[in-house]
Amino acid sequence: MQIIESPKVYDAVIVGSGAGGGMTSKVLSDAGLNVAVIEAGPFFDPKDLDTMTQMKWPWESPRRGKATESRHFGDFDMAYGGWALPGEPITMKGDTDFKLFRSRMLGGRTNHWGRISLRFGPDDFKGKSIDGLGDDWPIGYDDVKPYYDKLDKLVGVFGSNEGLPNDPDGFFLPAPKPRLHELYYIKAAKKLGVTVIPSRLSILTKRLNDDRGVCFYCSQCSRSCNQYADFSSGSVLIFPAQKSKGQVDIYTNSMVRSVVMGPDGKATGVSYINKEAGTEHVMRGKVIVLAASACSSARILLNSKAPGHSNGIGNSSGVVGKYLHDSTGSYRGGFIPALMDRKIYNEDGVGGMHIYSPWWGDNSKLPFKRGYHIEVWGGMGMPSYGFGMGLDGFNEFMGLPKGGYGDKLRKDVKRYYGATIGFGGRGECIAREDNYCELDPEVVDQWGIPVLRFNYSFSDQERFQARHMQQTFEELIHTMGGKVFGDTPTAEQNYGLNKGGEIIHEVGTTRMGDDPKTSVCNKHQQLHDVKNVYIADAGPFVSQADKNCTWTIMALAWRASDHIVAQLKKQNI
Amino acid sequence: MDRRDTLKTLLIGSVAGGAVGGTMLTGCQTEEAVKQVLAVGNGRTPYERQRDADLMAEEFLTAAELGVVATLCDIILPATDSAGSASEAQVPEFINFIAKDIPDLKIPIRGGVAWINNEALTRFGKGFSDITDTQRIEIVDDIAYPDKASEEMKSGVNFFNRMRDLTMTGYYTTKMGINDLGYVGNRANAWDGVPQDVLDKHGMSYDPEWLAKCVDQEKRNDTAEWDDKGNLLT
Repeated sequence: MQIIESPKVYDAVIVGSGAGGGMTSKVLSDAGLNVAVIEAGPFFDPKDLDTMTQMKWPWESPRRGKATESRHFGDFDMAYGGWALPGEPITMKGDTDFKLFRSRMLGGRTNHWGRISLRFGPDDFKGKSIDGLGDDWPIGYDDVKPYYDKLDKLVGVFGSNEGLPNDPDGFFLPAPKPRLHELYYIKAAKKLGVTVIPSRLSILTKRLNDDRGVCFYCSQCSRSCNQYADFSSGSVLIFPAQKSKGQVDIYTNSMVRSVVMGPDGKATGVSYINKEAGTEHVMRGKVIVLAASACSSARILLNSKAPGHSNGIGNSSGVVGKYLHDSTGSYRGGFIPALMDRKIYNEDGVGGMHIYSPWWGDNSKLPFKRGYHIEVWGGMGMPSYGFGMGLDGFNEFMGLPKGGYGDKLRKDVKRYYGATIGFGGRGECIAREDNYCELDPEVVDQWGIPVLRFNYSFSDQERFQARHMQQTFEELIHTMGGKVFGDTPTAEQNYGLNKGGEIIHEVGTTRMGDDPKTSVCNKHQQLHDVKNVYIADAGPFVSQADKNCTWTIMALAWRASDHIVAQLKKQNI
Repeated sequence: MDRRDTLKTLLIGSVAGGAVGGTMLTGCQTEEAVKQVLAVGNGRTPYERQRDADLMAEEFLTAAELGVVATLCDIILPATDSAGSASEAQVPEFINFIAKDIPDLKIPIRGGVAWINNEALTRFGKGFSDITDTQRIEIVDDIAYPDKASEEMKSGVNFFNRMRDLTMTGYYTTKMGINDLGYVGNRANAWDGVPQDVLDKHGMSYDPEWLAKCVDQEKRNDTAEWDDKGNLLT
């Protein structure tokens, strides 16, 4: 057994092909650099008819779209992987129950994500100055705004300019018109003083360029669009990067173990395993960009040992893995009698909500300091496994006879079709040092790499926020004349707060800062300790904001890539 | 005899005719189904194709058990003037598969079938497949209405609830069921808002200010351009 070194030294070796890795490969290739993209899963192109699930009918799955151990969000969902990967366990400290969603394929989780693309606002970078919690970022909105602007135009996002102070305007494609349940929501929200505006999703409601199609409203962005009309990293960034000025070589099924350090204190490459051949390799590069996701990049750093880096490279602060946080989340659904017996028409719409509520509250009058936004679900969607079950819940509410058989059931299923609505709250969790992932000293994965062990808990900041979400959801449903499903979650149930990691917005594990003693990378996402290693995923986030993280991952990856190009030009790295 | 009855007779007949007929029927369908899940181009990874083929090939419900399931499925969703029955939509085959896919369903389904056979035997001296339609309905009426059912029928109620759920979901996820439901999506279109008659019925209307932010489908193919302030020009 030997280690096979790449004969070629790339300008940059990028680990991971999701939002951050894709954006980095695009910017570096546009600058004429030669890059290697190393992806732990197989190649994937949404256009490939062999792997495409878009437009398939439920009967094309023997389980009618039900989730499996290989697709945790359903048989048609375009994420290879999920909450557990075979041969790659994670472990927990104490009573921690953290969830980690990993998707192993070119494009990573961008192939199935919700496309909710929200800029952070000015306040989101300065949390500590405003309310004393967490830390400020070393950068502000003005540093990122030019990149958000460029991103809107390059990748495409629909929405509307509203002039809201902490939900900045941008360069939006036009929004899709609200559907019926969304009109009900708008009416109720306005009555309750809850802000509601068109949603902001990276889906092309209008032509953006000649390489990509326009949304045809199948509602299946979670299956990844064969017209490239939604944002997936492969179709929108990596394939165009391959046609750009630089050379972009993709290495799939390659699992990175660690960063390899040279004698001069600089990184020389990454060590990886070819999963198919079982061979050990080193890919050499002048710059190493880790974009494997916040937790996986932290794991690679922690597992990279070199003289003078006994805690892993980039970790002289001891902060790698710490300040891990995920968006808070809470869900509630309800039944709206006014939406019974609907006229049926095609309202599939885009893959997600057409409207949403950005944070509207005044935290100075609330027992928690940070906000959340509301995502709205409903409508007459395509049936899949589970459809038509549990009709007695509706019958009970309507005081109609339960059970039965025959033609009654055919009437029931039509009566209640499209009469439910659901809300997801997505809020800011306060970053804390004692929420972390670390290497488990006792457990390795199937390639012998130490696995991540998690320590994670919530404070009242998150719990009270979830309580507020639940109260709001109940008021909204009642205002719509509906019945809320289930009982109000209790304090013992954390007021319905999702488990850490369940919202799949893990950030903060390699946070940026001006002080090398309290942060892992600088404001350019360059390791304080190793100048030619950058982090381009959500690891450098100081705080989460009540926004989904992808748009900011990409804006910051672009910004970091500009820094890489400039530093290489100056021969500083 | 219409198609529904033919199928039912085939399934139930296979029980009466012994296991050979039944095995032949399900065997052919399994072969076809395995071919389908193994086909390249069905959106599955190689691992998933093999897993699904293995599940298909696995034997679970016997022909006799499948006959009882089919009879119940067709009591739950018989054919109408415009839509076929549950067994015409191959719901029994779906239930057989899903029990293998969700192994926790195996004992409740097998046990439920045994429960109802025993109930038929106790009441009428024959298994559920061999009693008359009227006799079957007599048993089903005792377990189909959760609020009215007696305490000693609870296991039967649970079983029937499960069969109802699986039949409904199995049926409404087939082409036949989706046509019956009237779902008209999963095709290319240009969403342009709720139809006016629906808005009127619900007393809803679009706010002109909101609509101004929405897509003009006539111009969806015009490439987007903005001014410096982010106002869309095209």
